Amino acid sequence: MAVTKRPLFDPPIVKRAIGEAFAKTVSPRHMVRNPVMFVVLLGSVLTTLILARDAVRGAGSIGFTLQIALWLWFTVIFANFAEAMAEGRGKAQADSLRAMRTTTAAKRLEDHTNKLSAEPVPATRLRRGDYVLCTPGDIIPGDGEVVDGVASVDESAITGESAPVIRESGGDRSAVTGGTRVLSDYLIIRITANPGETFLDRMIALVEGAQRQKTPNEIALTILLSGLTVIFLFAVATLEPFAIYSGGSVSIPVLIALLVCLIPTTIGGLLSAIGIAGMDRLIQQNVIAMSGRSVEAAGDVNTLLLDKTGTITLGNRQAVEFIPVAGVTLEQLADRAQLASLPDETPEGRSIVVLAKEKFGLRGRALADGRRVLVAATGAHEGDADAAHEAEFVPFSAATRMSGVNMGTLHVRKGAGDAVARWVEENHGSIPAGLKASVERIARDGGTPLVVAERSNGTAHVLGVIYLKDVVKGGIKERFDRIRAMGIRTIMITGDNPLTAAAIASEAGVDDFLAEATPEDKMALIKREQAGGRLVAMTGDGTNDAPALAQADVGVAMNSGTQAAKEAGNMIDLDSNPTKLIEVVEIGKQLLMTRGSLTTFSIANDVAKYFAIIPAMFVATYPALRGLNIMGLHSPESAILASVIFNALVIIALIPLALKGVRYRPAPAAAILRRNLWVYGVGGLIAPFAGIKVIDMLIVLLRLA
Amino acid sequence: MTANGWLQIGIFSTLVLLVTKPLGLYMVRVFDGSLTWLAPAERFIYRVAGVAPREDQHWTRYAVSMLAFSAASMLLTYAVLRLQHVLPLNPRGLGAVPDRQAFETAASFTTNTNWQSYAGETTMSYLSQMTQLTFHNFVSAATGIALAMALVRGIVRRSAGTLGNFWVDLVRGTLYLLLPLSMVFALVLTQQGVIQNVSQYVTATTVEGVKQVLAMGPVASQEAIKNLGTNGGGFFNANAAHPFENPTPLTNLLEMVAILCIPAGLTYTYGRMARNQRHGWAIWAAMYILLFAGITTSYRAEARGNPIHAAQGVDVATSAANPGGNMEGKEVRFGVVNSALFATVTTATSCGAVNSLHDSFTPIGGMVPIVNMQLGEVVFGGTGAGLYGMIVMIILTVFIAGLMVGRTPEYLGKKIEAREVQMAMLYVLVFAGAILVLSALAAVTPAGLTGINNRGPHGLSEILYAFSSTAANNGSAFAGLTGSTYFYNTLLGLNTLIGRFAMHVPMVAMAGFLAEKRIVPESAGTFPVTTPLFVVLLMFVILIVGALTFFPALSLGPVVEHFLMQAGRVF
Repeated sequence: MAVTKRPLFDPPIVKRAIGEAFAKTVSPRHMVRNPVMFVVLLGSVLTTLILARDAVRGAGSIGFTLQIALWLWFTVIFANFAEAMAEGRGKAQADSLRAMRTTTAAKRLEDHTNKLSAEPVPATRLRRGDYVLCTPGDIIPGDGEVVDGVASVDESAITGESAPVIRESGGDRSAVTGGTRVLSDYLIIRITANPGETFLDRMIALVEGAQRQKTPNEIALTILLSGLTVIFLFAVATLEPFAIYSGGSVSIPVLIALLVCLIPTTIGGLLSAIGIAGMDRLIQQNVIAMSGRSVEAAGDVNTLLLDKTGTITLGNRQAVEFIPVAGVTLEQLADRAQLASLPDETPEGRSIVVLAKEKFGLRGRALADGRRVLVAATGAHEGDADAAHEAEFVPFSAATRMSGVNMGTLHVRKGAGDAVARWVEENHGSIPAGLKASVERIARDGGTPLVVAERSNGTAHVLGVIYLKDVVKGGIKERFDRIRAMGIRTIMITGDNPLTAAAIASEAGVDDFLAEATPEDKMALIKREQAGGRLVAMTGDGTNDAPALAQADVGVAMNSGTQAAKEAGNMIDLDSNPTKLIEVVEIGKQLLMTRGSLTTFSIANDVAKYFAIIPAMFVATYPALRGLNIMGLHSPESAILASVIFNALVIIALIPLALKGVRYRPAPAAAILRRNLWVYGVGGLIAPFAGIKVIDMLIVLLRLA
Repeated sequence: MTANGWLQIGIFSTLVLLVTKPLGLYMVRVFDGSLTWLAPAERFIYRVAGVAPREDQHWTRYAVSMLAFSAASMLLTYAVLRLQHVLPLNPRGLGAVPDRQAFETAASFTTNTNWQSYAGETTMSYLSQMTQLTFHNFVSAATGIALAMALVRGIVRRSAGTLGNFWVDLVRGTLYLLLPLSMVFALVLTQQGVIQNVSQYVTATTVEGVKQVLAMGPVASQEAIKNLGTNGGGFFNANAAHPFENPTPLTNLLEMVAILCIPAGLTYTYGRMARNQRHGWAIWAAMYILLFAGITTSYRAEARGNPIHAAQGVDVATSAANPGGNMEGKEVRFGVVNSALFATVTTATSCGAVNSLHDSFTPIGGMVPIVNMQLGEVVFGGTGAGLYGMIVMIILTVFIAGLMVGRTPEYLGKKIEAREVQMAMLYVLVFAGAILVLSALAAVTPAGLTGINNRGPHGLSEILYAFSSTAANNGSAFAGLTGSTYFYNTLLGLNTLIGRFAMHVPMVAMAGFLAEKRIVPESAGTFPVTTPLFVVLLMFVILIVGALTFFPALSLGPVVEHFLMQAGRVF
């Protein structure tokens, strides 16, 4: 999806959010979903009624009650503003998605084998099972599966990736998404989703938060917050009888003010914003989660299953070293290896040329192989002018398991150890003693040995070995270290033999590996991990990954993958980057941390509010309670007002934190806990003392009380 | 405060520490069934009672068994108290206990509260004392331990639906743990001078030449279990201040250790059962630090005494000849330190035995017992009750703070989710609601106000104390409140039942929910429950939940009384 990085307070979003904050406030159906804020709303209404009564009677301290009422309303509105802000960011994204939802006509095929049977219909009339034809320039009218044709498709609207991708019938690249555009050739597509149920529609619904349901953790937290609210209701409601006993009385607006200050409004007001913002952050990473539940589960993951190829290693093996046998110089070996690889278009072959160039400055040479001529750079190696004569490329075949070139009498071969050895012996050569050791060492280290030999003047001899290696992605080991610090185990999945797998696993720093893995093995591994109480996350793209994706607690399907994989997973990565799983886990953790930190902050805040409000309430009855006014607040009215204002403003102040999430660095739980306790626990204890004091001074300065 | 005072506190603390591990290990074997030296007696009881000892109970069945047993034994006690005048072992010919008082007493003893609105020596026959009150002293304590075991099993069992067998836990707890310990302790007490007889009351002539009736009775047997089972119901009205209940400094020390030994030992038992001994010690540490804070606060307040006394020329300084501080309402035998220590220990646990009058403490000294009870009796707490109360607080702690490490909170591998939070909150809510609502009711109704002996903030402290003590199943009285009225008998009796059963059922339900869960293996990402940081956090949550709930009410009671005392006013 074309995600633009928006500033936190984007003016249009803010404007819309302000409007919505008011709309939400007057909607009881919306408010009742959040018990804490609902209590604040009731308190605001009650205070306003009392204000009206006092105004009519001309009794009571109207100015004070008016200010209390106003700030109570602000508390509700601020909380709704936070939620509207979080939704607004999603809505803005939804709007840009909606804009690309096609209103174009689709070419529906009466007969999917006959391209000429197309008739134009509006995309909205397409149903699951219809066949459509898409030609260059067409926008694909709905999600579907390619049944015929190969085409390059521009998916930038969905993925933000500008390079076109190939979509073709059969195999793992057959799924197309509505809203993307065909650039070349043609596709015949079987539509797999009815209008309103397409991927795009679901994405819009998700980012808008329209179908947002509370996640399990959010429900548990809501129960805790509601429970605390009831406890404070007891504490405040029983205060009036105790006051009467003590020979005093507390006015209802003041009791409401105390209640609102005590109940966890900070976290109560920001809770849904935090949840929406978490989903939003995921979308910023180009990952679409099908439910909030899966985002939470990502934070809980204990085991990550990662495919070796593409995730841990670069896609292909690369030459990293030349190992000559006794009597051959390194340069000689490099020269021959390069010669044998020049016409070799495979990534391995190219990597040999690159290595030779990097290490020995050997440049490309003009070489004719009968099919085409490679134009070499000028100023080639001294003496290589001769080499530029007729050369014949010997391609790799399953039978010979070698490739190479023939240039006149000079024949060079590279290939699997035993195959090259046989070729050398057939050509009257002998196998040098050191070769076997080199080959075995490379295999043991997880590499692939390629033996290079040449035949000149009728006899063949071995030159040495090229070390082809699975190249582990840069920085991946550090990432795994970070993941391990979070207490997550990584398991590498590979089709390699156990020896190779073990070597790569230790180089990449994964905790465990599954070698020679079949889809069944993968499934069994997931079930075994889950039976041990662990939550498993994995990525996958192929149809044979689908069962495992469905079984895993967090299954991230690649957008480039098959429809089956996408439906089985509970998240889709639009960038099709398997490493993204790590970010997904981090976002899940950050979401939970933000909730916990603000809950702690909210509860810790109450201590200061007690010291502000309790002496203010009872100082008339018991002047001795002045002793509790440790902040030295000016008057009972200013103290109560300052607490209510602080309580409301802190919601606004924390909106950026709720939207961005608390700072997250991978570390063991104990370290994270210590840090967050200092910041949000101790900070939450101290901050309101300072905040209430400052507001009190301002109130005095402005003569508000 | 004196070095001697601190030394005594130190000796007491060391004894509690030393007894924790051996008793904890013994209790592991009691409740895992591996101890069999009383197997014949055990089998006999099961056969007579028709219990299938091998049945493993689902939480609902466990809870129903517990409720049925409690209801039946409460009814029996009510009947015996009402009929004691026609039953044997009543040498004084005491009449039937009035209905409201019989209800309150039956409820109070069934719930391990032992709130007494009567004077034992003039109300209860020997039969009532021995067969009913002492009986409850044993089984209510055993019930508490059984419930704690059920919760622990819920936490340590893996994907199970069951919590053990209530009847087996009850029988084994009584048979292997409470009876032997009580027997040994009763013998030690009699050696020290605690009486044990069923004689007529003795009329003696005092040195002043006044005739005085000395109440007699089987005291030692009840005294032992009164402390070991954190019951606290005194044989005599003066409770542990009475020389026949608590004759020597040694008995005073041993009685305090007896009060704490099972609650302290259970932390070790828990650590062992959860295969996380460090966690057991972390709980012990949190409990002990809170206890020590209470002891220090109370001791400091009492040793400083009342400034008004000093202003009038009373010597409040401590010296070899003068205990100093606030000696009002204290036994000269025990002095300031042992009174403050005993008051803290008996209210931190749900014991409620007293060796001084808490009503006569300074406002802050008297607030310590109130706060101890209002924290929910988790500072070692009652037998069993302390542990499960603490575990509920741990679950809340883990939930609030656990989210901060970025995982669904989990406790010893069990995920804490909506249902568990719901039950834990219900547990806390019932407790807070019962104390606050009933206290408020007493504070503004004529029936409530006639019961209190002091006006002003001190009267409010008396009310808060009474309802905190009953809801927390402590049973100690501030004194100063005339509890034997219809109003107080009924409400306080009811409050003991709410404070026990309305909190037990959610707690057992939570145990049941936890039992069904899988255990997530521990990793570096797991919330740590063994570190000093955890101990601090746990104490913080306990204090803040308690403080936030009760601070407003307390500020109109002991807090303002303290400020007023500083200003020269007393009530």
